[in-house]
Amino acid sequence: MSNAFAQRHIGTDSVAQATMLAHLGYDSIEHLIEAAIPESIHVDRFRAPGTTLLPAPATEREALAELRELASLNTVRRSLIGQGYYDTITPAVIKRNVFENPSWYTAYTPYQPEISQGRLEAIINFQTMVTDLTGLATANGSMLDESTAVVEAMMLARRSSKSSSNVFVVDADTFAQSKSLLAGRVHAMGIELVEVDFAAAATAAGAEGVEIPECFGLLVQYPGASGRIFDPTAVIASAKEMGAIAIVAADLLALTLITSPGELGADVAVGTSQRFGVPMGFGGPHAGYLAVRAGLERSMPGRLVGVSVDANGEPAYRLTLQAREQHIRRDKATSNICTAQVLLAVMAGMYAVYHGPQGLKDIAQEVHSKATALDALLRAGGSELAHEQFFDTLEVRVAGRASVIFDIAKDAGFLLNVVDDDTLRISLDETTTRGEVEAVARFFGETDEYLNAPDALPTALVRTSTYLTHEVFNSYHSETAMMRYLKRLADYDYALDRGMIPLGSCTMKLNAASEMEAVSWPEYAGLHPFAPAGDAAGYLELIAQLEKWLVDVTGYDTVSLQPNAGSQGELAGLLAIRGFHHANGHAQRTVCLIPSSAHGTNAASAVLAGMTVVVVACDEAGNVDLGDLRAKIGAAGEHLAALMITYPSTHGVYEHEVLEITNLVHTAGGQVYVDGANFNALTGFARYGDFGGDVSHLNLHKTFCIPHGGGGPGVGPVAAKAHLAPFLPGHFAMQSSDHVLVLDGVVSTIEHGGYQISAAPYGSPSILPISWAYIRMMGEDGIRAATASAVLAANYMARRLGEYYPVLYTGDSGLVAHECILDVRPLTDATGITVDDVAKRLVDFGFHAPTMSFPVPGTLMIEPTESEDLIEIERFIEAMITIKAEADAVAAGFWPADDNPLVNAPHTAATIAGEWEHPYSRETAVYPFAPGLDAVARTTRIRSKYWPPVRRVDNAFGDRNLVCSCPPPEAFES
Amino acid sequence: MANPQELKYTEEHEWLKVDGDSAVVGITAYAAEKLGDVVYVELPKVGAAVVAGTVVGEIESTKSVGELYAPATGTVLEVNDAVVSNPELVNDDPFGGGWLIKISITDLPALLNADEYTALTGE
Repeated sequence: MSNAFAQRHIGTDSVAQATMLAHLGYDSIEHLIEAAIPESIHVDRFRAPGTTLLPAPATEREALAELRELASLNTVRRSLIGQGYYDTITPAVIKRNVFENPSWYTAYTPYQPEISQGRLEAIINFQTMVTDLTGLATANGSMLDESTAVVEAMMLARRSSKSSSNVFVVDADTFAQSKSLLAGRVHAMGIELVEVDFAAAATAAGAEGVEIPECFGLLVQYPGASGRIFDPTAVIASAKEMGAIAIVAADLLALTLITSPGELGADVAVGTSQRFGVPMGFGGPHAGYLAVRAGLERSMPGRLVGVSVDANGEPAYRLTLQAREQHIRRDKATSNICTAQVLLAVMAGMYAVYHGPQGLKDIAQEVHSKATALDALLRAGGSELAHEQFFDTLEVRVAGRASVIFDIAKDAGFLLNVVDDDTLRISLDETTTRGEVEAVARFFGETDEYLNAPDALPTALVRTSTYLTHEVFNSYHSETAMMRYLKRLADYDYALDRGMIPLGSCTMKLNAASEMEAVSWPEYAGLHPFAPAGDAAGYLELIAQLEKWLVDVTGYDTVSLQPNAGSQGELAGLLAIRGFHHANGHAQRTVCLIPSSAHGTNAASAVLAGMTVVVVACDEAGNVDLGDLRAKIGAAGEHLAALMITYPSTHGVYEHEVLEITNLVHTAGGQVYVDGANFNALTGFARYGDFGGDVSHLNLHKTFCIPHGGGGPGVGPVAAKAHLAPFLPGHFAMQSSDHVLVLDGVVSTIEHGGYQISAAPYGSPSILPISWAYIRMMGEDGIRAATASAVLAANYMARRLGEYYPVLYTGDSGLVAHECILDVRPLTDATGITVDDVAKRLVDFGFHAPTMSFPVPGTLMIEPTESEDLIEIERFIEAMITIKAEADAVAAGFWPADDNPLVNAPHTAATIAGEWEHPYSRETAVYPFAPGLDAVARTTRIRSKYWPPVRRVDNAFGDRNLVCSCPPPEAFES
Repeated sequence: MANPQELKYTEEHEWLKVDGDSAVVGITAYAAEKLGDVVYVELPKVGAAVVAGTVVGEIESTKSVGELYAPATGTVLEVNDAVVSNPELVNDDPFGGGWLIKISITDLPALLNADEYTALTGE
């Protein structure tokens, strides 16, 4: 292989691979793959001879040139479209030190709190910012976007409401994308959606109070989509009277000036933090938010950071209330959403840290004063304005001239929001200048010069309560202080820039710098999601190319890039299956078969798609039990909707019977959903579409190199056969209804006509250039080499460590796929040392622990990926072998069971200072290297040692004593 | 921890202390240990009617969520507020201070005795 980029992406070179292959008893990597992947599913059996899957690879320089070319086809005008997406100034100190810093973007979800204190603090800053601004008790660590947060809030309301009604009421003045998402999601959940114009109803009702239909919950947009600030106090009070949950979708910037939802009596607030320094990016990614009043914390979806204590009793952060989540509660989970938008939440939280309460208020006041000035100019010029009270958005009545004025503005470089022939909306933001205000006013006719006008906020709703009073929002306002704060937090954490993160099922591979380049280019970052198609021509071309390439590698016919997380892709796929069955008159098909080994999200998604979960047993080898599958298919009869399987299985094994499994389901009238979580073990060698899949989601943030960002963003495209295309995610504002369709090698287009799944038409497009670049630079051969190298690394790890920790599952030839599960239970039985002890001890060795206790309790699942080199792989093996020896020493009585380097791990710098009373040395505690390590390597490791900032964090304490906002500084006095 | 002889048990790892037509209900030491550190307990309301075998509450630990099944049909007479504010009682004293609810019994299904339950858990 002469592909220079592929050689940089793959960690092991040919010499290292030869060593590893020799250890496994194979003479070539091709032979290893032949032995590992069942021949019956190989892509070459299904494609015409001589056809290739992808274009020939480009060099890094060529790929960037193509991305520049595509970028130049986008036209970035000043967007005044608003509706939840606003231009914003990303402080350069945040852009450079967070967004473009691998210490932040290559970190994983903070499951291991001891090595994640930096981003946990950053997330708790975000949570504190949201609770302060919304006036509610607890906020989570971010949501996928505003509209999905609205849907999650509706689900929360249904769980928590005392009302037995199945009606959810939505205010007419709500963002269109949220209304449309709600409308699409309620069907499968048996909820009836009713729209009420609250403002009109309030005017009509006068002092009588607004009549609200019997409901379990209602939603008010605040300020409204039209810009109007409607006082929802009476509506909220009426809702509470009937036991319904009141949800307010609120603009965080506006909340610095107007009364918070919590003070108005709301139970839940949702929204987006996009305008806090995160570029629009043609729709995403951004961090949505969700906050609740006291008493609803345990019903919240998503990740929640809380304060606990470490083994010294000192405050330490951790993810809290995790038992609510899908991987534990499966079909009874509160939500199917697994992840958040951590990187973007960190940015938004840091925007608040940097500006502080007064800075944010000044920004908001400045935006508002531009809006009032524009309002005054327009009124003076004879325009008719719809509302007297507003924050940043004006609705102008233009009597049939909407498109004419839109075109005038567009020619001048501005985008307005056309509501209908007679109505335009204009949203201003922190980048708006006085000159722009004058320019915009002129589109409507002759105007005066800029003049300051009085505030247009309702007097009763002027905010008087304080916010962001915590020290963290009042300490880092100089750039020097901010830069150092970001550096300090980054230094607390372990990300891919320090070493391997061998998290099984998470695929922590390289996120190459050249793949990241285009993300911050203004042509990709600056577009509004509802910009005209002509302005997004480059994006649409890039999306079409990526759709085509994903079709190529999955063997499906068409792909939707709209889902902005794997869980959403899963849900979109299941809703497509539901839509297909309904269209065929088979609405009774609602049974979803899911193997017991599946990730819990599968079950949670199936429930949200209106399906009933039936669990299929797995045999001792971890494979689907064919006998049980036949029995469950028989029992489901005409109610069988789908089977969801993961391939290779969550046990990290290539199942041989997959063709028979998919045949059985099809014969019985069911559809096959193949979960693409492990697609990186097949890419280039086999395709879901070839061996019976009808639909799959992929995780671009795993297989296709989008960084994990410390727990988001992600992209979860849903790929399907043509018969499901009419039910794949659509969107009322999608710039092009043409999606790539490949049938028998012929490329055409098809419309995706299903329900919307994300807020924006293309989900999170601004990070698509990452996956585009990876595929473009790897080509078919490069992608195959990556897959093969990942499988080689996992098998080498399994073989080397299998002598010390039994490998739980292997397929034919005794091989695993791209990851392996080491059974720690025999070690625990023999020595008392638990999987937690092993995981935490790895921190002392300078490693992120593998995945713990998934999919099997008491085990470690290791996935080295193709990007780690042999030196790092050997370093990990050495650590695991040393840990085994330490555990044996405990069992032999050399160290007491309650005082040894394992149960006390991880060791901080503070632990080894001062008195030392442990039966092992300080050196054993913090420099636990193998005895034979050469002097140079030893010196390097000592000098570059990773020091965890806290000792082992107490899980139970944090869950029992829930604190989810920044603790007072005194908490850290010791 | 040995399973007290005077109690009755269910296959759902709950114990009952039957006294006339009412019973105190908790989860066994075996169940508490399997759950791990209990952090949150959700119990039914006093006065609620419960049906044997249905879910009436939740016991959440740091790593799992267990369901509380009504071991008999009847009405909830009392709930243990102490365990709601101090969930660790379930771990510390499962057969005593960690009791969960007291119910009146209108219909009592067949239950296991201590030896049968001990055999069930194999411990």
